[in-house]
Parts: sequence; structure tokens; C-alpha cells
Amino acid sequence: MASIGTGYDQSTSTFSPDGRIFQVEYAVKAVDTSGSTAIGVKCVDGVVLAVEKSLVSKMMVHNTHKRIFHLDEHIGMAVSGVQADARNVMNRGRGEATQYRSTYGDAIPGDVIATRLAGYMHLHTMYWWLRPFGTSVLIGSYDQDGPQLHDVDPSGLSYRHFAAAVGKAKTAAKSQLEKLPLSTLTCRQAVPELAKIMYSIHDDLKEKTFEIEISWVCEESGKKHTHIPADLLTSAVAAGKAAKEAEE
Amino acid sequence: MFGMANDFTHREIMDPMSVMHTARQLGSASICDVDLSQPVSLGTSIMAVEFDGGVVCGADSRTSTGSYIANRVSDKITALDEQIYTMRSGSAADTQAVSDYVRYYLDMHRNQTQKPTAVKTAAKLVSMLLYENKSMLMGEMIVAGWDAHNGGQVYKCAMGGSLIRRPYSTGGSGSIFIAAHCEHTFRPGMTRQQAIDFVDNALRLAMASDGSSGGSVRKVVIDASGVERTYTGGVF
Repeated sequence: MASIGTGYDQSTSTFSPDGRIFQVEYAVKAVDTSGSTAIGVKCVDGVVLAVEKSLVSKMMVHNTHKRIFHLDEHIGMAVSGVQADARNVMNRGRGEATQYRSTYGDAIPGDVIATRLAGYMHLHTMYWWLRPFGTSVLIGSYDQDGPQLHDVDPSGLSYRHFAAAVGKAKTAAKSQLEKLPLSTLTCRQAVPELAKIMYSIHDDLKEKTFEIEISWVCEESGKKHTHIPADLLTSAVAAGKAAKEAEE
Repeated sequence: MFGMANDFTHREIMDPMSVMHTARQLGSASICDVDLSQPVSLGTSIMAVEFDGGVVCGADSRTSTGSYIANRVSDKITALDEQIYTMRSGSAADTQAVSDYVRYYLDMHRNQTQKPTAVKTAAKLVSMLLYENKSMLMGEMIVAGWDAHNGGQVYKCAMGGSLIRRPYSTGGSGSIFIAAHCEHTFRPGMTRQQAIDFVDNALRLAMASDGSSGGSVRKVVIDASGVERTYTGGVF
């Protein structure tokens, strides 16, 4: 980081002499330091999204800080990073989805909304009067051509994945996701697996207590994006806790 | 005259020589004294019908400028995409412009999504243009085609911008003459050949009854295997 302090890290509109845009790199850093991880798996019958949320306060009403949003009835978005930024991206995503519907008379395909949001986030890396988004998002969709999972990061990069993790513990989560049988896994099977991963990547000593939010868009949910049923969430959390205890 | 109403071939109007003769006898202005300042319009018979696995599109080929036939072999069945076509009625200029715009939008959309376009998307774009420019446009269009997800589909994009899906749809000045005929002979779930015959019969009937429709019958059959165009010349 020899270029830091030379002024090249002040703006997104200037490259550093070694060809980097520091503000974008700082934005990626902001995602990781803000303390949440989102993971997603594309299964044979749909997509499952999960986020880990540290509890801000003991007095906060349970289940009121959401990190998984609907973009359209067939598209869900799990976010990590600065939540206020994520909500802006969410609003844009909803706008894109409704606009697509009213123009083309059809549901927006998963790859199209991912590309549009990537373009929107990339836009914020090109002007001195904007700052990049401090958020990385996962987009789970189920359109006419089946389920898809995409990620979009602050630089505006977007890829389609079989399984993806963004946020604080993404590296640890990815290495665990790789071990799942992704070509045969169903959504129902994936739910407890994601809960186990969430518990295993959480460092109890350093971090606050947390809760898990899980949603899916799959055949079982009628190809609509919804939070998973309460009983399924309860059993998944129990499985996660049990696996964590067995590990220790 | 009225006794032979059902036999179109005996109609006086069908014999150009006798029309000219009558006109001269009556001492009226020459039959060729036409007003070319009238707008070019598709006094038209168009229709499309869904069958099991595809659609049949049909249209006559007469384009008029007032009473003058500006084109007797015009093509009113215009491609919007590989397997999506539109049939145009009303002002030729307006509907050509709308279909040009829609073709351009669909090209963009196909490049962006990297997959074949849905028929309803084409229909939505047509009706959107008709709606947003309703004070300027004079035309009705039928959008018909085939896509992998919903098979053969027919959409009527009426003037003013309404959009409705129908198992079959007719349009143009000739359509009022065949409304009851179509209602009576249409059967849901027809085969390809039955649908072709349905369109063929209805269009011939419309062209016989409607003075602003005529020339030849053009048909486009669209299904999973592709597009087949036919032309039957010199019908009326």
C-alpha cells in the first residue's frame, strides 16, 4: 500500500500510478468490516439465501432488522455490508424489476437484474461526486429458465455461482460451501447445511450473539421468494448449534 | 342483383369492364379521376389464429389511397422477430413506423437477455407505443408468434393501446363482415391444417364482401419448427 497517503486514494475518478482505484478497494473492505456474512446456494430445485446478523441490542425487537429482501416475487436479495447502502441497491433492484415488467410484460430474468444492479453499482465508482456502495449482495432468482444465483460487489463485478459467500467470513464460508454436493442438493437439504456453516464461521469469543435469516425461491415455495417456514428455521438453527457443539 | 347476393362472382362490381361501362353511361367523372392526396391506408382484412403448437397469420394484400389501389400485392404481415410477426391495419405509415420501432427494441432486448424473445413482450411493446402516441396514430395491429414457454399466441393491439390475448383475432375493415362466420366456425385446439383452412376461408369471405380488401391472400404459419410463408395470388 505504498500509494496510500499520496492522494490517489481520495477519489474513484483517478487511477493510482500502479493502476488501482483505492476507494473501490476500501468499499470492499467496508463490506467485510461491517460484520455480517451472506451465503447462497443454487440447488437442483431452487436457491437458498442465508444471512448472519449480529444482534445490535438486547432491547431490539426480534426479527426487525432484515437483511434479505424481495426484489420481485421471483427474486430475493441477501445483503452484507453497510445496510443503508444495501437498501439503496434494493430500491434500485425493485425499480428495475417493476420497470422491466411494465415494459416487456414479463418477469425480469435473474441474469438481467444482476447485470442491471452491477451496472448501477459500477456507476458509483466512476464519478468524483459519488462514493462506491459499501455493500455486496447475493441475488437468488427463479425464472422461466430455472434457478440462478448471482453476486454483485462494490466494484460492479457480478458473477453467476453454484454457491457464493459475501461479507466478513466469506473465505471460511466458501471453503465449507465447496464441500456440499452442489449438483444433487435440494433446497430442503441445503437449509440446515447453511445454518451449520453460519454457526461454524461465527467466532463466539470475539463476536456478539447473532441470529440467522434464511429465505428461498424454489419449487416448494411455488417459484416465489419467501422466508423459509418457521419450523424449518428452528430445526436448522438447532442443527447448526448441535454441529457447533459437536465440533468443540 | 339482390337475388344473387350469395354468389360473389355474379356481382357487377367484380367485373371491372362493366363498372367502367356503368360509370360512362351515368355520365359521372372518370373512374380514374382519383384523389391521391388521401392517406395511404390498409383497408384491410387481417387475422391470426392459434392452433395446437403454433399460429397461422393471414392478410389480404390491398393498399389504398382513397379509392385508388396503391399496391395490390402489399405485405401486411411483418416480421418483428424470428418467430414473431405482426399484421398491420390502418395507416400504412403509422403501423410501419411502429413495427420498425418494435423490431429495433426487440433486437436490443434479445442482445441484452441472450435468449429468444417472448411473444407477449413484442405485443406489450406494440401496445405501449400505440398507447403513448394514441393522439397521433391510426392503426390496429395483431401480434402473433411462437415461443418455447407459451407456444403459439395471438395478441390484439387495438387502437388506443389496449392489449388482449385471444385464441383468434381479426382486424381491419374486412373483419366486420366475417365476425359471425369466424365465431361460428372457430374450434379450440385445431390442427395446423384446420387453422390454415379457417384463415383461408375467412379471408376470402372478407375480401369478397369488403371493397377495401382484396388482391391476394398471404399467410405465415409459425410453430416450433420455424416459419412458412405462402402466397395465393389473384383471389379477388
